Amino acid sequence: MMIHISTRNGVPIYLQIVQQIRHQIASGRLRPGDELPPIRTLAQQLVINPNTVARAYRELESAGLITSKVGAGSRIAEGVSPLARRERMRILNEVIDGLLAEAHQLNFSDDEVVEALQQRAHGMREPVAEEETDHD
Amino acid sequence: MTERFATETIFEPQGLSRRFGRKQALSNVTLTGTKGRILGLVGANGAGKTTLIKLLLGLLRPSAGTVRVFGKDPIAKPEEVLARIGYLSEEREMPGWMRIHELIRYVKAFYPQWDDAYAAELLDTFGLDLRDKVRTLSRGQRAKAGLLIALAYRPELLLLDEPSSGLDVVVRRDILSAIIRSVADEGRTVLFSSHLLDEVERIADDVAIIQQGRLVASGPLDEIKEAHRRITFRLPTPQDHCPELPGLLMSEGDRDTWSALCNGGHEACRAALAQLDAQILDESVPPLEDIIIARTGKTLEGDES
Repeated sequence: MMIHISTRNGVPIYLQIVQQIRHQIASGRLRPGDELPPIRTLAQQLVINPNTVARAYRELESAGLITSKVGAGSRIAEGVSPLARRERMRILNEVIDGLLAEAHQLNFSDDEVVEALQQRAHGMREPVAEEETDHD
Repeated sequence: MTERFATETIFEPQGLSRRFGRKQALSNVTLTGTKGRILGLVGANGAGKTTLIKLLLGLLRPSAGTVRVFGKDPIAKPEEVLARIGYLSEEREMPGWMRIHELIRYVKAFYPQWDDAYAAELLDTFGLDLRDKVRTLSRGQRAKAGLLIALAYRPELLLLDEPSSGLDVVVRRDILSAIIRSVADEGRTVLFSSHLLDEVERIADDVAIIQQGRLVASGPLDEIKEAHRRITFRLPTPQDHCPELPGLLMSEGDRDTWSALCNGGHEACRAALAQLDAQILDESVPPLEDIIIARTGKTLEGDES
């Protein structure tokens, strides 16, 4: 399991772990029954406080995404589907919030953002027509 | 410090001061070290970190105030306190002529609870050679040897003075990883001093920030961080100065767009900005480094990065 921790962005470390595991479940990289590394191992690997890893696992457990058994470690919960729409929506909303915040800083209105989004989506559907921007 | 569940106090300087001639090295420091937690002692060189650690060890006598470690005075009862502490000094003083196996035998003689198997394991993890002389060790190897002899008798409290200072990234990782492991396995209490804020942020449960011998802030790292906010906002009309905000510590910007670091409560800040008709562009919890710069007015990383 690959997790990357940054102390530069102000996001609490336990939350970075929670978010990255959520993403990996949503994208199907972690599947039901998959084993998570023991707290001590992950703490050593990421060079972070073991209490922080424990907190992240507690959050994931109370969100129903993992199950922990004494002696058996933690696993991705059964029935957690990578296709769970609610979870994917939650992650999408996170990205959208970031986009909107950025757009507001750059002085774009919500309507302009929606319009730009549609244009990009349209462009993505027709990737053949590559613009030759160098010449304009 | 808020206590969420039953906690046991391991070390407790109270109103602690120490003066060297005219220089006030430590002024009125009160702290609580809680069992099983890692406290990061943060401050620039010369802020008083080493003085505080030496006072906890009973290597220095307080000018005022008291020190209790395991509920005892380390100067009055050194034999009851020191046997339970693992100490890594800043200079890593070890007899240069000794080979590592001699060093181990020497330290082992002081600690009946010395664990040979654990020492062998650490030796292996750290890639140290028993036949090497202390004098010929690299800086990183010295730190590793120092940590080995501080850990191998499984002390309840670890006092580490700049454990990873001056080491390259790989060695630093080995050292920190060994500390983390010893905490995860045995619920050991740790105090480590550092001016490397990235590692403090990764490892510490609690932080104590000292500047010129005074405690500027202390408490759980999460709470300290959460109490601070960096808010970027746009004013309806340009101004030469950042407007006064609750708990404003630092600001940068010009004319209509400003970024302010505040600890006066998020609601109060937002309300103050609303009063000014300011538009909040961004609000985030700042990295520890920014908080320390704001609280002490300087960066900590002087002689190394």
